[in-house]
Amino acid sequence: MSEKQAVIRVKGIRKTYLMGKTKVHALQGVDFQVMQGELVAIMGASGSGKSTLMNIIGGLDYPSSGSYFLDDIEVNKLSKNDLADIRNQKIGFVFQGFNLLARTSALENTELPLLYDRSKRIKNHKAAAQKSLERVGLGNRVDHFPNELSGGQQQRVAIARALVTNPSLVLADEPTGNLDSKTTVEVMKLFQELNEEGVTIILVTHEDEVARYAKRIVELRDGKIIRDVEQTPDSAARDLEELLARRARENDIEEPEAAEAD
Amino acid sequence: MQTFRLVKVAGKSIIKNKMRTLLTMLGIIIGVGAVIIMVAIGEGAQGQIEQQIENLGTNMIVITPGAATTSGASQGFGSFSRLTGEDAIKIRNESIYAAGVSPVMSSFFAQIVGGEGNHRASILGVTPEYQTIRNWNTTSGRFFTAQEERTGKKVVVLGQTVVKQLFGTRDPVGERVVVNRIPMEVIGVLESKGQTPDGNDQDDFIIIPFTTAQNRIGGRSFIRQILISTYTPQDIPAAQEEIGAILRESHGLAEWEADDFQVRNQEQLSEAAQGTTEVMTALLAAIASISLLVGGIGIMNIMLVSVTERTREIGIRMAIGARGSDVLTQFLIESIVMSILGGALGVALGVGGSSLLGSTMGWATAVNPETVMIAIAFSAAVGIFFGFYPARKAASLNPIDALRFE
Repeated sequence: MSEKQAVIRVKGIRKTYLMGKTKVHALQGVDFQVMQGELVAIMGASGSGKSTLMNIIGGLDYPSSGSYFLDDIEVNKLSKNDLADIRNQKIGFVFQGFNLLARTSALENTELPLLYDRSKRIKNHKAAAQKSLERVGLGNRVDHFPNELSGGQQQRVAIARALVTNPSLVLADEPTGNLDSKTTVEVMKLFQELNEEGVTIILVTHEDEVARYAKRIVELRDGKIIRDVEQTPDSAARDLEELLARRARENDIEEPEAAEAD
Repeated sequence: MQTFRLVKVAGKSIIKNKMRTLLTMLGIIIGVGAVIIMVAIGEGAQGQIEQQIENLGTNMIVITPGAATTSGASQGFGSFSRLTGEDAIKIRNESIYAAGVSPVMSSFFAQIVGGEGNHRASILGVTPEYQTIRNWNTTSGRFFTAQEERTGKKVVVLGQTVVKQLFGTRDPVGERVVVNRIPMEVIGVLESKGQTPDGNDQDDFIIIPFTTAQNRIGGRSFIRQILISTYTPQDIPAAQEEIGAILRESHGLAEWEADDFQVRNQEQLSEAAQGTTEVMTALLAAIASISLLVGGIGIMNIMLVSVTERTREIGIRMAIGARGSDVLTQFLIESIVMSILGGALGVALGVGGSSLLGSTMGWATAVNPETVMIAIAFSAAVGIFFGFYPARKAASLNPIDALRFE
């Protein structure tokens, strides 16, 4: 495995869809690559096209034109079923709302992707899920149900679920959007640790403070990349105070309720 | 591919929603239970009728008056009867196939006084051949002889119920009873034949010689049936034809006139009876099937609600790699498991209900394994049929929209 291998290659991607009767050009020619071991933050205001880009990168949607390679597989040409398999084997999703199954234990939630793994690479599902939960520091919470866990812990379970298949790419969509400041920093720290271990991670966020943990920032506006810069990521600990201060300024001291997927 | 795991997933979802599952299954439980009970009643009746016809005797031909009486449905004695004692004598004299011939004259509810009290029972007037044709033994005493029959002796053979009513456990042979004010001597007691499916006591009657019946009781010369036995079962078709011809001659029917009697063998009798009960069984099953259908619609309803309720879950499963077919299979299995489980509980209800009906109401019921298999297979089919639409709806969801669904 060479160090600089492209996990993602996006070439001239456009996405147009109809919203009622008006055509929306969500992406208007996006080119970029993500190398193995990168920690990239895709930024942009709402309406910038970042969600559309994430859906395409995540194999949840097809581009209108252009091509998208994931591990040298041209994903935009795959059938729906093959796309499902790609999502299963090569991508680990982490969502803003955690999206864990209710009344299902942390272990079973983590195991879930393996249920749909047709390659059968991993034989012992329980052991793999257990290992994955230990990796995110929840080895002692395996039998807990989502409603018995804090928001941060739920998001950790979601990250464990994303990691259980050893994906080429972890795709996190506003992973800290439902978390308070302290937990946000914890989760970002976890992402950094995982990245240190070699996991390629793409974060989608609109918060500068969150993006600062990334090694690289790609900013979108009106469906185009307007900025693509490498940076030295902030260490989580140093940033905590700053983030707290900013959120306090915005009268956002109250901790948001932990949402739970149904 | 992963069917076993998906069964587990479906099983978990069913267990997590116990109340909803139970209510959903209720429709199937009641439907299957109703089908099984209804068919059991129908088949029980059929079985009893068959047995009753087998009980009638061996190699038997039955002649009844009229063109269209259904078996056993007497229109009242002599209402339009055109069979006479002479017909019976003519058959006995002219038929080469008939081994035994007995006219049956019957009168409902004669007053019988004797022993410890009095009793109303039906009277049959027959010849001695009646005993061999119907293969009916006496438990005590004897049947009357041809001599006694011809001379119109006042002798009587009692059925078990009559004996019980008048004499209790005492043997009545040699005693005197008064039948419609005519004193008669009891010469024998017949063995018990039990009840007919519609609850008629087959032992609640007395038998007297045909001539005696003609002279003393009814005074009417029309008779309800003529029973004939042949020497071998193979003779029956030829005998039927021959007897038909003899009767047409006896009744002086012209060539263009239709028979005013019916000649039927046991098989035809049982066919006629079976035809009726089969229609009844089918009707009962059809009515019960409607409740099964309603149960199926209940499953579809709940599954549709469940798909909407679990849109997010479907979105999550798709995002982490479930194919449309996986989601389809999961929901389909859920509805099939529910309907099969409901079907199994319905079978328990049906079997229990049938035996309860049998023991409390005294109805003959017969649950055969075939019905149970069909009921379970049918409930599974209901699960597939009514589960498919909701499952397909779930499978065709767009994961992006499903994930955003609140």
